Amino acid sequence: MRDRRSFSFYWLAALFGLFVLFLYGPMITILILSFQGPDGGLTFPMNGVSLHWFGKLWEGLGVVDIWAAFRRSFRLGLVVMVLTVVLSLLAGLAYRRRFRGSNVLFYVVVASLIVPSIVVSLGIGLEFRLIDDAIKSMAETFGWTDVAEHYTTAMGIYTSGLGAQLTWTLPFGLLITFAIFNRFDRRFEEAARDLGATPWQSFAHVVLPIIAPSVIGIGLFGFTLSWDEVARSSQAMGDLNTLPLELEGLTTTVTNPQIYALGTVTTGVSFVVIFLALGLMRALRRRSKV
Amino acid sequence: MEAPAPAQFRSLRLLSGHVPAWLQVAPFVAVFVVFFLVPLGLTVMVSFWDYNEYQILPAFTVRSYMEIFEGCLDRLPDLCVTLKTYLSTLKFCVAVWLITLVIGFFIAYFLAFHVQSTTMQIALFLVCTIPFWTSNVIRTISWIPLLGRNGLVNSTLIKLNIVREPIEWLIYSNLSVILALVHLYALFMIVPIFNSMMRIDRALLEASYDAGASGWQTLWNVVVPLSKPGIVIGSIFVITIVMGDFVTVGVMGGQQIASVGKVINTEMTALQFPPAAANSVILLVVVLFIIWGLSRLVDVRKEL
Repeated sequence: MRDRRSFSFYWLAALFGLFVLFLYGPMITILILSFQGPDGGLTFPMNGVSLHWFGKLWEGLGVVDIWAAFRRSFRLGLVVMVLTVVLSLLAGLAYRRRFRGSNVLFYVVVASLIVPSIVVSLGIGLEFRLIDDAIKSMAETFGWTDVAEHYTTAMGIYTSGLGAQLTWTLPFGLLITFAIFNRFDRRFEEAARDLGATPWQSFAHVVLPIIAPSVIGIGLFGFTLSWDEVARSSQAMGDLNTLPLELEGLTTTVTNPQIYALGTVTTGVSFVVIFLALGLMRALRRRSKV
Repeated sequence: MEAPAPAQFRSLRLLSGHVPAWLQVAPFVAVFVVFFLVPLGLTVMVSFWDYNEYQILPAFTVRSYMEIFEGCLDRLPDLCVTLKTYLSTLKFCVAVWLITLVIGFFIAYFLAFHVQSTTMQIALFLVCTIPFWTSNVIRTISWIPLLGRNGLVNSTLIKLNIVREPIEWLIYSNLSVILALVHLYALFMIVPIFNSMMRIDRALLEASYDAGASGWQTLWNVVVPLSKPGIVIGSIFVITIVMGDFVTVGVMGGQQIASVGKVINTEMTALQFPPAAANSVILLVVVLFIIWGLSRLVDVRKEL
């Protein structure tokens, strides 16, 4: 095909270049503008270069405790990451052996990916409200005064919020696990078994080291999707907001480059996580080749 | 037979072959039952409940549905609010779908057939993927300094004397919503199409050229049909996401443009659960209908 490549190659390459510019251009604009001078505004031109708005951001954003939201989101991201890796891997192992209802589960997982997030979020919000109502009325009926007086809600970041995010991260986790095990050479396992390894030993010492790079990939999806999740979290977080939810609220109220500084910091965290994960994947792949 | 695991590993046996498959998959299933299936069921149930200003009342009624479609029939051919909202959302859907389809197809085509080395292929694919792992809200607001009233585009146009006054419809308009949606979701089209294209046997293209087909003929008669599964999966992704979107339409529409997702979100914030649930059910039915139509074109299960 090389000889035919010349013309179409160049216009497609140009299209690709434009697309990359389209993808990254706006992000780079925000990055630059977050270093706006103290008198600078939300748009170009730059009025000097400074860390002024990062300083302002460090002090907080008015009524919103942005750093508390930052910590909440980070912790939630880690929890979602661990659960996504463990649950998808377990489910993936189960799929290798087939189980009853595996087809139905597959369709449910795909459905979870394509049902509009706002519908899922609303459903979870409703569910927890109904749970709250049920607990309150039960407490009244049975005379549990303690519960009746102090109970507020079962909604929270690590109940409804966590569940809402998992309905988004687990489908990606499972699909990646399918891809991993599709390519996995079962002969390694059989060899381990022939040499007397227990199933756990063969998993821990043979299977896991081979699939480790892809497992990190699942973790990458788990953390980054949670870290930026808005749509499914919107009605499911309860009283305390995560960072992206706060950020969405701030888009209408903050009218200075602080919001760009926050954008740069958030994107920075994403990029650190992405490159850490990619670096780790590369290192593990290299090691397993030796 | 499998040997028993040493005692110290017993707590970790969940990962090994000792436990039955259903137990391995149980926590995964539990998440989808508790946070997906039950919530969907409750949504359908509550959409048929009554409500007042303070609470939802568990009594069967079709009030919410009646209110949503109130006046829709007698006011025809004028559209009622609900139909207008759906029409506006569908317009975004079609526009974003067409644009992402064209972009997605050619980007995937370039990556799959024109980039020769695998390393380069992976690198360029990652370049396309990395934004997917960063915040959608930030990617959306990053258009503001470009398209805003005093933004880069307007100030450049004024400097070049192309326009005198800043163009108002660059931001908080249908255009900016579509632009932001394409920006966010083109990847959902690229990945499945790329995946389909990588499975195409290269010999088929050679055969097509040898049989005298031109580049375009090969593209249209060989590559496009064989990429169909990816195109359908990508389309399902893009269409369902755009149908339910409320964040991007909210931010880029300056909170002035209606969308179905936004209606649900507003009702939910106002604690009007039955109407929000009824709207969700209708949205779900519309989305499922679209997916059903698309999936008739291809067996999705086989392709994943």
